[in-house]
Amino acid sequence: MGLVVSVFSGFVLCFFAPLINKLAKNLCGKLLALLPLSLCIYYLTFIPMVSKNGSKLLSYPWIPSLGINLSFNIDGLSLLFAIVICGMGTFILLYSDGYLAGHKQLGRFYVSLLAFMASMLGVVLSDNVFTIFMFWELTSLSSYFLIGFNHEKESAQKAALQALLVTGFGGLAMLAGLILLSITSGHTEISTLVLNASSIQQHTLLLPILILILLGAFTKSAQFPFHFWLPNAMEAPTPVSAYLHSSTMVKVGIYFMARVSPIFSGTNEWMVIVTTVGAITMLISAYLAIRQTILKKILAYSTICALGIMTLLLGIGGSLGATAAVGFLFGHALYKGALFMVAGTIDHETGERDITKLGGLRRYMPITATGGIMAALSMAGIIPFLGFIGKESLYTATLHTNNYSVLLSLVSILANVAFVVVSGMVVYDTFYRDEQTTPKNPHEAPWTMWLGPLFLGVMGLILGLVPGLIGHSLIGPAASAIIGRPIDLHFVLWHGFNLELGLTAITLISGFALYIYKAKVLSLLGPLEVILSYGPLKFYDLLINGMLSLASSQTKLLQHGYLRLYILVTAIVGSCLVWPHLISHFGVFDFEGWHDIHTNEVIVILLICVGAIMTFTVKSRMAAIISLGVVGYGVGLVFILFSAPDLAMTQFIIETLNVVLFMLAFYHLPTYEVTTHPTNKIMNIVVSVSFGAMAAVLVLVALHVQLFESIASFFGKYSLSRAHGHNIVNVILVDFRGFDTLGEITVLSVAGIGAYALLKLKMTEREEIEGVNK
Amino acid sequence: MKSVIFSTAIKYLIPLLLLFSLFLLVSGHDTPGGGFCGGLLAAAALSLYAMASDDTASVKKMVKFDPINYIGVGLLLAAGSGFIPLLMGEAFMTGTWTKVGVEGSWVIPIGTPVVFDIGVYLVVFGVTLLVLLSLVEENRGN
Repeated sequence: MGLVVSVFSGFVLCFFAPLINKLAKNLCGKLLALLPLSLCIYYLTFIPMVSKNGSKLLSYPWIPSLGINLSFNIDGLSLLFAIVICGMGTFILLYSDGYLAGHKQLGRFYVSLLAFMASMLGVVLSDNVFTIFMFWELTSLSSYFLIGFNHEKESAQKAALQALLVTGFGGLAMLAGLILLSITSGHTEISTLVLNASSIQQHTLLLPILILILLGAFTKSAQFPFHFWLPNAMEAPTPVSAYLHSSTMVKVGIYFMARVSPIFSGTNEWMVIVTTVGAITMLISAYLAIRQTILKKILAYSTICALGIMTLLLGIGGSLGATAAVGFLFGHALYKGALFMVAGTIDHETGERDITKLGGLRRYMPITATGGIMAALSMAGIIPFLGFIGKESLYTATLHTNNYSVLLSLVSILANVAFVVVSGMVVYDTFYRDEQTTPKNPHEAPWTMWLGPLFLGVMGLILGLVPGLIGHSLIGPAASAIIGRPIDLHFVLWHGFNLELGLTAITLISGFALYIYKAKVLSLLGPLEVILSYGPLKFYDLLINGMLSLASSQTKLLQHGYLRLYILVTAIVGSCLVWPHLISHFGVFDFEGWHDIHTNEVIVILLICVGAIMTFTVKSRMAAIISLGVVGYGVGLVFILFSAPDLAMTQFIIETLNVVLFMLAFYHLPTYEVTTHPTNKIMNIVVSVSFGAMAAVLVLVALHVQLFESIASFFGKYSLSRAHGHNIVNVILVDFRGFDTLGEITVLSVAGIGAYALLKLKMTEREEIEGVNK
Repeated sequence: MKSVIFSTAIKYLIPLLLLFSLFLLVSGHDTPGGGFCGGLLAAAALSLYAMASDDTASVKKMVKFDPINYIGVGLLLAAGSGFIPLLMGEAFMTGTWTKVGVEGSWVIPIGTPVVFDIGVYLVVFGVTLLVLLSLVEENRGN
């Protein structure tokens, strides 16, 4: 039960965030940080259970008919992620408190951030694939709000939409994959799917399932060719980038690959696709990272590179690959989160984000610099930081794999060389070198903003020195969960003098050299720029612009704004579709009941007919509206005659409102004159008579056609006994079919607000818009 | 639209119409009526009033809040009523009833569908009034 509460507590608290923000003012971020802090402590209590490779499963039926349950499972992998999410969440909330202090929409920011955190916990703790998908989409949605937080900036709007579309596309593909998976295997829970791995691996649909699921993971984790959304998402405020785009959301794709790896790992398809995509991503992003000069963009590309490494390791699989993936992931979460926060602090306190225009900041912000430098050393993979262990285990994994070992090792070395260069660019270029003038006078950040980077940097050192602290408690169980059986863990700082250490030496030396001669190397690689300009981003833009122009041209064609033509098209299409079918059924109806027609009914019908004819023959618009009203009231009378008082009452009120609306619209209409051409008039008459006759015949035919058994008797039987109402119509509306009504009133609200917005827009901005158009 | 008969008549009809719309709402479960009719009627009555006085200010004063708030509250009530059965372990939107009153003299059954219907009433009322009032205002603007 505690597990369920822990997931949903964020969703509950997020509703109160604006209120807390209003009451607590400057304390809000610090107060809210107590939730992830306590959740983090709560999850830490699971360590004893998990380190024995145990797991805990809780399941509540939700939509049992579809096999969708609200089930939560905590094992090594979930626990590792849950701790990262909550631990980082604590620092990010504190950091936001300083970074966004005084922002007028801070309350809204906390809402999205807390909702995001809760959705992340939902993803990593759920066991049911569809529940995972639901939380997965919630993370996309809340990140949309977070990336677009500065929603008045056009670039932020664009970036948010891009991230949403790309990850949303992947999410849909993943849903399709999950549905296929659940149909072919008959299971929807990860824990049972894992048990049926062998039958899934032999299924003929394995490849489609795999591709669809991986599309979801690749888009979310910014793998090539979907990597372009992540650097653009740096439009988000820095706390968001530090949280979503380094340590949590982008890793959710990695998490899911790790989660399903016991199901698919071992197949050739998995190996080839995942490893190749990871390797390509690593190479491309490594190059893209070192050619950047904007702090956050450098970090974003190096994050993509790190995600590529994790993907590669999951593709390699086995106990070495899994251990390396988890170790690297944990180390990366620590140093990249810290570096992002440092980058944000630099931007915040100096007003400058370009590394070529920064330098010598260590004198002004010593604490931030300490945290940043430690994180950068970990990133460069220098002994004794945690990043060193991550890199060593990466090399171990690539050296010991059976396929393409040399090639994969080479790619890994290149990626790590880029990391060394990036570390230098992020830390040395900013904190050392000569001082430069910046838009703001640099000074140390408040404690809320340096605490996170410092803590994370120090943790990178401590855990590097004493890897045993997390080895058997977190890394081992998580790696076991990835390969689906307990593993023999090797997670230590010193492996002795071996090939890996040699590769590390090569990495550091070449990284150092590349850092010094970066400009020269980049100019040598200049021709690559041409290829880059034809990247996937170009394709995305083409796709989006193409869709928009298609939409606008078809809208211009179909939604031309002439009401009479809409009606004409509807009537013609309706008649053409229904008449042929009616004619083939023509013999079915007859007029056997015609002598039962009463005089009063005839009078009402005549009234309707007269009203209808009057409507199009009278010479004034007012008279036409009133004649139309007569038709409507006549129909209402028919309802009364056939004992449907509810319908009649609604009809009367609607007719009255119609007249009111017409009166109001009167002012805008030109004077009433008949402009229709005689031939058009004949066509109109033909179309309307045909449509009217079609409707009449349809009603007569419908009397004799009963496709399904009527459910009217059910309503009659249970209206009073179960729903406590004599009025069946109302009982159907609010009880039997209440769900439909709920949908209808929602649509009504949206339509009403839309109409209101259009009217208001027209009123206040009419002149302005006309001015622009001219 | 200036008409003495219209504006005088509507002044006396308004309370009756509004009362009738409430009557439709409350009695709707057993006799013809319901939230939809009731809400429409109330909105129609007020828009007639707005037309007669050629002014939306008096109607806005009468309804106290911006009509858009009625929509929100209505949706909240309607959707919220569906959650009550969840607390009793039933499915979303299962009709849940209880009886209030004095034993032996009067008893009224109250259930979630009643709350739902009130929500429908408010939404329909809010939407109709919102659109009609904006139309009236737009006319005055021209």
